[in-house]
Amino acid sequence: MAVAAGKMARVASRLRGGGSALPGLVVERLDPRFLTHALADLPRGVVVVTGTNGKTTTTKMLVAILREHGLTVFSNPTGSNFTRGVISSMLAEIPFSGRFKADIAVLELDEAHALKFAAEVKPTHSLLLNVARDQLDRFAEIDHTAKLLAELAEQTTTGVVLNLNDSFVSRIAGRVRDGVSVTYFGVDPSIADRLPELQEADVRFEDDFTPPEPTAADGLLKPHDERSFEVRFGSTDRVGPMVLKQRGLAAMINATAATSTARALLGNEFRDVAAGAALERVEPPFGRGEVIDAGGQPLELVLVKNPAGFTVALSTYGNTPVTTMVAINDDYADGRDVSWLYDVSFESLRGRGVALTSGVRAYDMALRLQYDDVAVAQVEPDLDHALERFLTAYKDEPKRIFCTYTAMMALRRNLAGRYGLAHFGEEAQP
Amino acid sequence: MSSHPDGSHPDSKGRIKVVHIYPREMSIYGDLGNTRCLASRLRWHGYEPLVHQHHPGNDFPTDAHLVLGGGGQDSGQARVQDDLAHNAEVLRALAADGAAMLMICGMYQLFGNAFITIEGERLPGIGILDVTTKGNAKRMIGPVVLETAYGDVVGYENHSGSTELGRGQRPFGRVKSGKGNNGTDKTEGAVTGNVFGSYLHGPLLPANPSFADALIKLAVERALGEPFVPGQIDDELADQARTRQVRRLAG
Repeated sequence: MAVAAGKMARVASRLRGGGSALPGLVVERLDPRFLTHALADLPRGVVVVTGTNGKTTTTKMLVAILREHGLTVFSNPTGSNFTRGVISSMLAEIPFSGRFKADIAVLELDEAHALKFAAEVKPTHSLLLNVARDQLDRFAEIDHTAKLLAELAEQTTTGVVLNLNDSFVSRIAGRVRDGVSVTYFGVDPSIADRLPELQEADVRFEDDFTPPEPTAADGLLKPHDERSFEVRFGSTDRVGPMVLKQRGLAAMINATAATSTARALLGNEFRDVAAGAALERVEPPFGRGEVIDAGGQPLELVLVKNPAGFTVALSTYGNTPVTTMVAINDDYADGRDVSWLYDVSFESLRGRGVALTSGVRAYDMALRLQYDDVAVAQVEPDLDHALERFLTAYKDEPKRIFCTYTAMMALRRNLAGRYGLAHFGEEAQP
Repeated sequence: MSSHPDGSHPDSKGRIKVVHIYPREMSIYGDLGNTRCLASRLRWHGYEPLVHQHHPGNDFPTDAHLVLGGGGQDSGQARVQDDLAHNAEVLRALAADGAAMLMICGMYQLFGNAFITIEGERLPGIGILDVTTKGNAKRMIGPVVLETAYGDVVGYENHSGSTELGRGQRPFGRVKSGKGNNGTDKTEGAVTGNVFGSYLHGPLLPANPSFADALIKLAVERALGEPFVPGQIDDELADQARTRQVRRLAG
């Protein structure tokens, strides 16, 4: 009954072109144990991917590696990373009366919703990526976010995969149940000096913190150059060298996390060549460095949602400066408090300036840039008008838009209409 | 050209020492933007800012003209508590002597008389502002518009403490939209002499330049013993950012 009702809601919400969480809400109301029933018997278990940054990309990479190994993988690419979004996407794959057919589920969940989910379904594995200042209007404190991840680890039944270099995450090793395996992913000591690009050192106070000593089960990122890298396991095993479609150190770390997790899940079945091949084919998720062909010129959409993420994005793209627009909204999914923009340094944009700022907080963004002496040519709060001007005035050159979540959704919708892109609403939330 | 006994740059109208206390522990909500804003505006007005960061365990600079503090986590407050108690006398003396101070959120609470946790434990503040804060199960979160002596002021609050003003304690502003000190009496923040406390992030100063310049005026007069001579600053972006928030939230 619940499945049928949910499916009806799914069709209805498709028809009105609405969000993907509504059908899940219907089922959640009708049968709150729905998730437990549907997911409990998957032969290879349920993997939850969470943390502040990189959830969507890492989930996509992990799913690709597992599928390359022949597994049928259920994931939540169509919905929000809230529980309802998971249910909504499951409904698409469940026959009206039948069982759910998959070997394994890999679910991207928001830090807070990961725990709600675990209250229904105990994850067999969790991959905990990192903890950074993010949407403090929702999470209030970084310490609180770290606590949520530790609680998720405590409820995980078989194995956890932890970030070796993030002390908020690696110290969770002491919190797992007896018999639960702990695997790490991290960076090779030779590039440890680049960690500050990825983390906010100033909010970590563990002066006495020494990261655990990695073993041959733990994957370490070893870049060869800006694009090529390998993931090393001990002194003999490795995946790569490989080159991702998505640029930057953060994407390489995500690939390292996905590879380490896949290896822990697959054990002897893990094949390094298959893993590397799968990773090289992964397209950047919508808005995460996605490149759109805008009338013959590349247009990059880069999602930004917190200081660490924006800082990483600026350093990733900093060595290829192009004409830039920044779009900042302040809805719930964007983070309603825009104070965090003052914890990002925009000096790397000073050379070329910014062509346009847009979104509900367009003037706040322009003001922020003024304080870093970055010239802003135009301020246009209306996203459609801003995009029109941006595409027209700079039509013969490569372009880049840094945008918050709802601004990205609106811009992507507009761009999909202009350039006939794949339809939207089919990707996970930040 | 005027002489510069303080050794500042000959083109500068004078040197102003700005101290940000506990930038690591107590500034996770962008409040360092206030210091960035004041340093830039001092420069744009023709003065020379000297920004000093005070960390726990270091000597507190007693020659500060302007002292700023921000909001942190509970763990951050615990990390600075001893140092703050150690420097309480210095800060009280500076405040009594007319140094300008702006304390946001967590540091605003610590500048009050006490913070009383949900469990009833009383954590003493340094008592420069006559306010007392009680821990609350529910956080007060959201955008804010205030009516103040500096016109409408916009910002963003995110606090679980509920703050009551002592008898005769002046608030910083009156709430037009948002919760303010406690969600009931429409007051926000507190002002005693040249010491300002407020819950507003945003950060507070960039979008509210008339308040920022009021702090600069106090600091300049204290540092140089002469009137503040403002420069020409184009505040169009700040004015747009602020008035749009006011229109959105307070009609």
